[in-house]
Amino acid sequence: MTVTANPKYIGARVPRKEDPRLVTGDATFTDDVMLQGMAYMTLVRSPHAHARIRRIDTATAKKEPGVVAVLTGKELEATGILPVFIAVPGMNGSKHMPIASDKARYAGDAVAAVVAESRDAAKRAADLIAVDYEPLPVVVDGTKALEPNAPIVHEELGSNLVFTYPVKGGDIDKAFKDAEITVTQRIVNQRLIPNAMEPRAVTAKFEAGELTLWSSTQIPHFVQLIVALNLGLGQNKVRVIAPEVGGGFGSKLQVYAEELLVGHLSKTLGRPVKWTEERREGYLATIHGRDLVENVEIAAKKDGTILGLRIRTVANVGAYLQAFAPGIPTILHAFIIPGPYKIPAFDVEVRGAYTNTTPVDAYRGAGRPEATFAMERIMDRLADEIGMDPAEVRRKNFIPPDAFPFNTISGITYDSGDYEPALDRALEMADYKGFEKRRDEAKARGNYRGIGISTYVEICGLAPSKANSALGVGWGGYESARIRVHATGSVQVFTGTSPHGQGHETSWAQIAADALGINPNDIEVRHGDTFESPGMGVGTFGSRSLAVGGIAVHKAAEKVREKVVQIGAHLLEASPADVVVENGKVFVKGVPEKAKNFGDISMAAYLANNLPDGMEPGLEATVYYDPPNFTFPFGTHIAEVEIDGETGTVRIERYSACDDCGRQINPMIVDGQLHGGIAQGIGQALYEGAVYDDNGQLLSGSMMEYHVPSAEDLPSFDLDQTVTLTNTNPLGVKGIGEAGTIGSTPAAVNAVIDALSPLGIKHIDMPLTSEKIWRAIRAAGEGRR
Amino acid sequence: MSHSVTVTVNGTSFTREIEPTLLLVEFLRETLALTGTHVGCDTSQCGACTVLVGGRATKSCTMLAVQADGAEVLTVEGLARNGELHPIQRAFAKEHGLQCGFCTPGVMITAVDFLERNASPSDADIRHAIEGNLCRCTGYHNIVNAIRSASVEMRETAAALPKVAAEVKS
Repeated sequence: MTVTANPKYIGARVPRKEDPRLVTGDATFTDDVMLQGMAYMTLVRSPHAHARIRRIDTATAKKEPGVVAVLTGKELEATGILPVFIAVPGMNGSKHMPIASDKARYAGDAVAAVVAESRDAAKRAADLIAVDYEPLPVVVDGTKALEPNAPIVHEELGSNLVFTYPVKGGDIDKAFKDAEITVTQRIVNQRLIPNAMEPRAVTAKFEAGELTLWSSTQIPHFVQLIVALNLGLGQNKVRVIAPEVGGGFGSKLQVYAEELLVGHLSKTLGRPVKWTEERREGYLATIHGRDLVENVEIAAKKDGTILGLRIRTVANVGAYLQAFAPGIPTILHAFIIPGPYKIPAFDVEVRGAYTNTTPVDAYRGAGRPEATFAMERIMDRLADEIGMDPAEVRRKNFIPPDAFPFNTISGITYDSGDYEPALDRALEMADYKGFEKRRDEAKARGNYRGIGISTYVEICGLAPSKANSALGVGWGGYESARIRVHATGSVQVFTGTSPHGQGHETSWAQIAADALGINPNDIEVRHGDTFESPGMGVGTFGSRSLAVGGIAVHKAAEKVREKVVQIGAHLLEASPADVVVENGKVFVKGVPEKAKNFGDISMAAYLANNLPDGMEPGLEATVYYDPPNFTFPFGTHIAEVEIDGETGTVRIERYSACDDCGRQINPMIVDGQLHGGIAQGIGQALYEGAVYDDNGQLLSGSMMEYHVPSAEDLPSFDLDQTVTLTNTNPLGVKGIGEAGTIGSTPAAVNAVIDALSPLGIKHIDMPLTSEKIWRAIRAAGEGRR
Repeated sequence: MSHSVTVTVNGTSFTREIEPTLLLVEFLRETLALTGTHVGCDTSQCGACTVLVGGRATKSCTMLAVQADGAEVLTVEGLARNGELHPIQRAFAKEHGLQCGFCTPGVMITAVDFLERNASPSDADIRHAIEGNLCRCTGYHNIVNAIRSASVEMRETAAALPKVAAEVKS
């Protein structure tokens, strides 16, 4: 019997094991690590977006009381180059040093490091470092960066073009020739600042030849690998610990300069060193997300049938390529643009551009929100042009449920999907039929009311290692798990995933509990420590943890269960086929009164004096699981908004979503992931946007200028789910970490544009702030005065 | 030039020699090693550092430690009494009102102050009360549920419960 046939804990709203320490203040985040003799690092960052570094004078700073060390880029070349893990064909990679020595390429690029006895002393000394800059011409816009005569960010590359990435299928020329209607829309996914609530932090100590480095990261094993390689230490001598991590959303999916620097400095100074990011510093020095400009053209018949899609995209990658940056506008964006629709012809070309801005990498959804936004906006524009209900245009083009496995025009294979039930359920939840009455009521109040739909398919479970390799990803996409049952029966699960809010300690315990026939409360899940893990973990990003790491836990637990059954059968003198493992007991089917306790079995495994012939002592299993395919969650999100006719302020009055992530391990956590994702997607739609001036100064440089949504900005969310199992893995799970972000942005924008459509407004670029909407309403000659 | 301050934190009086520039949040985290109170920004936007000072929710990054001389401060570490979690702590866990947990201490402290002044809040009241506490994980949906749920429990058991904020005020 497999656990999925009759799960007891899988599918239950089990309270989180993480919460007791988090609600009492007992949890330890990286900045909470206080070590004896600790020194503090601060970085001097370039105020110029583009400037040659002529000279750095550190003499005065070195004399400041409390200063331990001052270092510049030239002195730090030993710490190596920051890694990029993806190489798309023909890519012009940038050399990215932890500290710039020749020139600064964005405002915030580090040019010197100071270590002192206190944070204040380090900051005072940093202010005394005199850097002689020669300012250079600046380019901040991706499209302008690709024009001739644009300032070049990396002279040795000859241009700002990072790559040109085409994805094509079908006959695009025929599609546009046969089209009864074509619609073109310029689509901008503005630059976002991730804003994990915990700023990044790194603490390190070097003792007895071993470096221990605490970091607020999503990928401790990659940090271990890169730090070891760059500092000339054996991987066995670098222990990276991601303790409690306060959110990431992709912004901690990097090996950052500060990790190398703090490691290097604690090693060379022989004392613990800490660096904690200040929020305004983080706005400059932690990766940004999105920043994609696309020209989207759709060819269709007047009945709404899509014939083809042609898209030209410029992705602004910022001043340097970060770890996963090349894969986001390409693999995670271009391939998934078709979403739930049959598209006969497809022609996408993505160009990456270096600019004098903070590097751009993964931000929750990473490519898929951009893809879905482009597709769902053009679907609404098409519906508007042909006078068709947006829900029906979508329905008409859905891949039918009997077409799976379905090979998309972009060249990937969806294993499963059933899109209409999710659409229908969301329409019902949103009372779509009753909407026009609500629009009329709003109109009577002098307001504009609109409803917006978004149907999406995303790509999760990153990734089969062979597919990774074919796509240019320089590392496998497996995940690891080890389950250790101690002699007394206590159970530890070690996972290669590295949660930072997703509740893996709870979900993984549920998975292991069902396999082992014990209670999740009797299972401890440990993560984020490279010396405890099975060896290599890939980490937590791209909604991959459950569909890869959770399956590794499941498989390890099945292995342990098999040994429990064998030992139980031996002790009970029965056939293994007749042994039942449940509720912490091991017994022969039909004879529960003669049960062995789970702990009796584990004790027998370690006493080892009465085991089946040939069986190894001990009770543990290690699994590295490499998935055979990606997974493809889907769903429908519907937003209903009302716009104040006087001020242009948008309120989301109702939000309904029906998502399908396959089997849910813990529906409470699934809902929570959706809530947070939807909030971030609405943030992009209505509130958030990083703004640079032409000199490359980040005008939205703190939380005062960058609008992270508050509780008053957001509604409550009405959620439901359909369950279409994937056959890619034995639990039928797909992933839910990013679905909310992917579905919500186009739903919210489509709702606003729907509200304004009676004024003839077809599109407004995000974020849809009250000012922009007020101007659009005025420009249309309307609005209450 | 250092100053001597005496601050009562979670019922214990601490006298320390501190620099006049030391923020209250730094005093709590680094001088007293009470690291449950967090720093999430440098512009007083995020609310992760919220503690009760004299019974009122206060962003401890907006206050110098010397200004807290003689004050009663309550941090997340002081919410539970005799090993029994405060209703707000139980409610956050029950309603999945936290994910990464970084903002949680500050949100809970704001909620404790708020619920002791408004025992029967509407959802809109709750959203207004916590608008100075940013959370990037939960979308606030379950935070609102948690605070509502705590308000119900606190009303039902009002007589038996210590009034955390009021107690600090007195």
